[in-house]
Amino acid sequence: MIEARDVSVAIGGKRIVANVDFEARPGEIAAIVGPNGSGKTTFLRALSGDLGYSGEVTINGRNLSAMKPVEAATVRAVLPQATTLSFPFTVREIVRLGLVGGRSGALPGEDQRLPERALARVDLDGFAGRFYQELSGGEQQRVQLARVLCQVWAPVLDGKPRYLFLDEPVSSLDIKHQLIIMDIARDFARRGGGVVAILHDLNLTAMYADRIFVMHRGRLAATGSPQQVLSDELIEKVFDCRLKVGVLPAGNMPFVLPQSAA
Amino acid sequence: MADQSIADAAGIMATAAEGDRSRRARLVIVLLCVGLAIAVLLSLTSGASDASAIGVMHDWLFGALPGDAALSARDHVIIHDIRLPRVILGVLVGASLAVSGAVMQGLFRNPLADPGLIGVSAGSSLGAVAVIVLGSTMLAPLTSALGTLALPLAAFCGGLATTLLLYQVATRQGRTSVATMLLAGIALAALAMALTGILIFMADDRQLRDLTFWQLGSLGGATWQKIGSVGPIIVLALAAMPFLARGLNALALGEATAGHLGIPVQRLKYTAIVGVSAAVGASVAVSGGIGFVGIVVPHLLRLLIGPDNRYLLPASALLGAALLLLADAVARTIVAPAELPIGIVTAVAGAPFFLWILLRKRGVIDL
Ligand SMILES: Nc1ncnc2c1ncn2[C@@H]1O[C@H](COP(=O)(O)OP(=O)(O)OP(=O)(O)O)[C@@H](O)[C@H]1O
Ligand SMILES: [Mg+2]
Repeated sequence: MIEARDVSVAIGGKRIVANVDFEARPGEIAAIVGPNGSGKTTFLRALSGDLGYSGEVTINGRNLSAMKPVEAATVRAVLPQATTLSFPFTVREIVRLGLVGGRSGALPGEDQRLPERALARVDLDGFAGRFYQELSGGEQQRVQLARVLCQVWAPVLDGKPRYLFLDEPVSSLDIKHQLIIMDIARDFARRGGGVVAILHDLNLTAMYADRIFVMHRGRLAATGSPQQVLSDELIEKVFDCRLKVGVLPAGNMPFVLPQSAA
Repeated sequence: MADQSIADAAGIMATAAEGDRSRRARLVIVLLCVGLAIAVLLSLTSGASDASAIGVMHDWLFGALPGDAALSARDHVIIHDIRLPRVILGVLVGASLAVSGAVMQGLFRNPLADPGLIGVSAGSSLGAVAVIVLGSTMLAPLTSALGTLALPLAAFCGGLATTLLLYQVATRQGRTSVATMLLAGIALAALAMALTGILIFMADDRQLRDLTFWQLGSLGGATWQKIGSVGPIIVLALAAMPFLARGLNALALGEATAGHLGIPVQRLKYTAIVGVSAAVGASVAVSGGIGFVGIVVPHLLRLLIGPDNRYLLPASALLGAALLLLADAVARTIVAPAELPIGIVTAVAGAPFFLWILLRKRGVIDL
């Protein structure tokens, strides 16, 4: 379990995240939603150990600030919102970087084949030999996810749950691959791991999240199950947008919801 | 894929998994070993005295050959006391410059980075010029105590001191900003160059000639004593570099991601900076300013085997050593019996190559 108590983050003297309480349980997908600039990424960076914070964060009962990089790397993997690559690595070489920590949790001798298997899971079979920089944005995002999956291949290691931190994992993906990636996250949780995902698509969030944390101007505006959180009032307050939850469009206006996926 | 282990057992002849360039990299490293051995033999046997390669090898392995093929006593001295130290120095300096270049490029995440960026070259230069110009006056106690080692020592300390100062400037709350290092490095290098300029202004004609020659770079002054003093530093620094390889690979994805993957990024930066500073400082100390090896060699190798530092670093050491020996052979023979400074040879060959890299950067693949 990941517990954050009263976490605040200041960058350059400016408070960007204030007094956030957060929890991610093994077996669940915890979604963080909120408007642009509300502090979602900043909060996740604090959870990842990139930024200093006040308050307390524990992962599986251990204080985050006392963890070495390699210890943190064995319990969680992080998919950043954007990644730039500085040298012409092949896709396989990038995915293999997920294994530098050396604790994928795969059966002994299987590490060698993990890159191919992870690529197959994100629907990138046959891409191993391509140059990363020559891929499309959505393909690059899925390569990064494959790398992250290699790092925590087994959702449970040494009897303890591991976590995926995903910052907008489906932001540049088509609808088919959005569903594939969210299914991977759900599968990871079902097998005993925990997932923390920042999402913008409220329909996907409602469909996959077990708990939603709504952020607004650096603070937590609401927490709970999708049914509890996604209300007309909250959406108007947080997103400053008058929308009605659960209202079908009039007449013959087409709409496509992920929930209708067969 | 069940026969993967069999394929592995078949070694470098087996077909590699798609996108996996490690087999090719290993093959290239083996070939480079052979290439370096040839370059060493060539260097030992080329020059004013034309001792044959067979003669030299035989002399070492089994003792002198009878008759014409035997090494004369004069050849023996030339090879043992002049060429051999020169070749060893060339190998050490070439390897250290090329590996340092590759490490800097990984650290700065830029294929055009070189050790000059962390101030080591400018600092070493200042130290060396100070000894050349002030050696008989202000620094006389130093030169009389250390003799011919005063110059390399001053150059080494100058380089290391500049780098450590830069590191302090760019480190805040335990984190070093690579971008700040880059900018502060420009300022510190300019300052060191200005101080060097003052010294040059004070120099007399003989000193001017000495320091110009030193700045152009040469392996000419190689002695066993110099190898004894800088060799261990370079070897030690180079031996530490392979431990950085995986961290530098992860750094290609950015510092934050490298940290997420379990790399202790701050320690990596510190080790890389100090290691490069020591290796380059020691090289510059004994051979002066030899440019472009650190950019050209890793770049060529990246085209050949990819950017994986686990292979790039050893391959750079081998190719850097071999190329520097060849450049030295050219420097010794092209205007024989006089000798061209080797820095001129590497610049003439390296500068156009550098431009080519820049032009290529505008192409499809954005490095
Ligand atoms: N390094 C920084 N320095 C100064 N301000 C920052 C920094 N990083 C983020 N901020 C500010 O903090 C606020 C929150 O940024 P953050 O990236 O956490 O937003 P977000 O919720 O992830 O937004 P998005 O949905 O657009 O990804 C923004 O107003 C941003 O300008
Ligand atoms: Mg964000």
